Amino acid sequence: MSGRYVVAIDQGTASSRCLVFDHRARIVSVAQKEHHHLYPMPGWVEHDPQEIWRNVLTVVSQALEKANLSPTELSALGIANQRETTVLWDRRTGAPVHNAINWEDTRTDRLCQQLAREFGQDRFRQKTGLPVTTYFSGPKVRWLLDHIPGLRERAEAGELLFGTMDSWLLWNLCGRHATDVTNASRTLLMSLETLDWDDELLSMIGVPRAMLPEIRPSSGIYGEASPVLAGVPVASVLGDQHAALLGQTCLDPGEAKCTFGTGSFLLLNTGEQPVSSESGLLTTLGYQLGSGRPTYALEGSIAITGALVQWFRDSVGMIGSAPEIETLALTVEDNGGCYFVPAFSGLFAPHWRSDARGVIAGLTGYINKGHLARAVLEATAWQTREVVEAMRTDYGSGLRELRVDGGMTANNLLMQSLADVLDVPVVRPIVAETVSLGAAYAAGLAVGFWPDVDSVKQNWHRAAEWLPKTDPAVREKGYRKWKKAVARTLDWLDDDDYAPAAGKEV
Amino acid sequence: MSGPIQSIERAAAILRLLSGRSRRLGVVEMAGQLGLPKGTVHGILRTLQAVGFVEQDSDSGKYQLGAALLHIGSSYLDANELRTRALNWADALATQSGESVRIGTLHEKQILIVHHVFRPDDSRQALEVGSLVPAHASALGKALLAHHRYLLEELDSEPLPSYTPATITDIAQLQTELDQIRELGWASEAGELLSGVASIAAAIEDRRGVMAGAISISGPMERLREPESRRVELVGFVLATARTISRELGAIPW
Repeated sequence: MSGRYVVAIDQGTASSRCLVFDHRARIVSVAQKEHHHLYPMPGWVEHDPQEIWRNVLTVVSQALEKANLSPTELSALGIANQRETTVLWDRRTGAPVHNAINWEDTRTDRLCQQLAREFGQDRFRQKTGLPVTTYFSGPKVRWLLDHIPGLRERAEAGELLFGTMDSWLLWNLCGRHATDVTNASRTLLMSLETLDWDDELLSMIGVPRAMLPEIRPSSGIYGEASPVLAGVPVASVLGDQHAALLGQTCLDPGEAKCTFGTGSFLLLNTGEQPVSSESGLLTTLGYQLGSGRPTYALEGSIAITGALVQWFRDSVGMIGSAPEIETLALTVEDNGGCYFVPAFSGLFAPHWRSDARGVIAGLTGYINKGHLARAVLEATAWQTREVVEAMRTDYGSGLRELRVDGGMTANNLLMQSLADVLDVPVVRPIVAETVSLGAAYAAGLAVGFWPDVDSVKQNWHRAAEWLPKTDPAVREKGYRKWKKAVARTLDWLDDDDYAPAAGKEV
Repeated sequence: MSGPIQSIERAAAILRLLSGRSRRLGVVEMAGQLGLPKGTVHGILRTLQAVGFVEQDSDSGKYQLGAALLHIGSSYLDANELRTRALNWADALATQSGESVRIGTLHEKQILIVHHVFRPDDSRQALEVGSLVPAHASALGKALLAHHRYLLEELDSEPLPSYTPATITDIAQLQTELDQIRELGWASEAGELLSGVASIAAAIEDRRGVMAGAISISGPMERLREPESRRVELVGFVLATARTISRELGAIPW
């Protein structure tokens, strides 16, 4: 361990990034490159895995170049990645046999419904902590094997390899076919108890074991990166939201973080035992450091948060840029009784109602665009409250504070609303890049760059804190109204609405 | 495509002249400096006055920049947009300096705090976003006043309030300091708002060269001002951050 820095690759949905951190977790260098999204059919979303690999190489060399660093100054490399996005490639040539199927892609819609009917959601939930839905990788693999001629035979003969983005990068960086527990926990193929591929799940979904990567702890030596980073140990792999949990140093049970972006992801550390959810949350891995016991988490994902602000900007045109939503919202004192439930493609956690569609409730002649802007922002806060309530039910105790990150934390009014609606302090850390930082921490801990988790915790500092200010009666009235608005979204879709919906089988 | 329109070029030259050091000029002076006939300058000024871009002082008959023009300049960048674009850099400044960071914009002769990063020591601190501080007693305010000299005229008409024995209450003294700030590119304040607390600030420029706001660090006097080498280092951090945010906003890189 000679270097002064740890480097993190964040292979995200929109772009690939490379960040270099020093001992005090300060950002030394950043490089970023976006990749193309391919939409071959409505509801289908693909990436070119080769483009992503090239971009990763580019951002790594750019980040080193910007800070004038040579690979010898690096102690370790960590990988955080967009989760569930699925790649299949040829074991011999290393060439992908199809574009990567993105996590947002809904082509497995019918397949998932069929699997749920045939085996029951409970069987999947019990073993994996997940419902069968289009997000997860297993059904995406099955779809490729079913639809691309010759793939199933090659997979069974051991000629094909499956991986999420982490595995694809690992394969190219160090020639090893592996993944970590957090990424494996998003496939519907791994048992939460054994942390191994589960034969029953494999046969239910129809994925041959021969194509699956080795499952390893999130933090530990995966191999040496070559040729780009001659010899630097690849020492961590984590799904991006799990990396953010680590980056926010939510290392103790009961600690939670929420990343506010286009969608938002709230993860609660539940300690060494998986907590099954009765409230529509996902049970998932938090992280596993070395050979230690894994840490589990409850996850609540909110599909539409920042996306609602973008919609307000692009489709409604009431604002010119996303930050202007705050300026517009501040022209009024409150929401004027207006609530906006953005169930654009149904309600997700904790409701899971695909027949719901969005509503703006409480409209009167009094409402102006300022109130609408408030309602748009508060939609994120109220949706977060629903997830937090579900976590209270499943986990048995509420949050003491919520650690936040992501682009929407720049919105001061939203952060204050969040504190008011959740009735807990909302805290933003000084390093906003929690995904990359989490990957860096896991890698740095594996090689002794940071001696232990306590030294990592010392790097976390609060940059801002929003305290609850609302009168409890006002808060609870607001939540009651929000729930009434949610009730009004239900049962909107009829049978004859389904015909042109996205993601149907061809 | 036709060439530049001469009268617009001349109007721009007049506005540029009025944004300079003198601030208030008569027709004769301007005509002399621009090398234009007095009648031409007068005609252009009348049009600019009609649209509110210049104002004529009723006593002296001299011209100055008008409120409408200033409004265009200062309202161009949404304060929430400024915060969003500055977020990462403000965090980095707090980490580098170990002190709290604030970003402020001009708001009716005062400074509106639009962003605040806590001092990274996990002590109890309260978020000051949305609060107002006096321009003449803060480093943020002085950094912005140095570039928005017209505001000084407005401050002139009222006595400058004192907050500590160190507050500058004399307008001439403030003028002198603002001249220095313009030259140096950064402003400071030593116990002028709160005893024992000092700040260092630099202005942030947007892509039209308008001062969109300013960024500062604040901390105990002894940490910010001594020794000299530390002060120089901190000034360097603040200046570099202001430049980076300006570049982020699209200002011409320098």
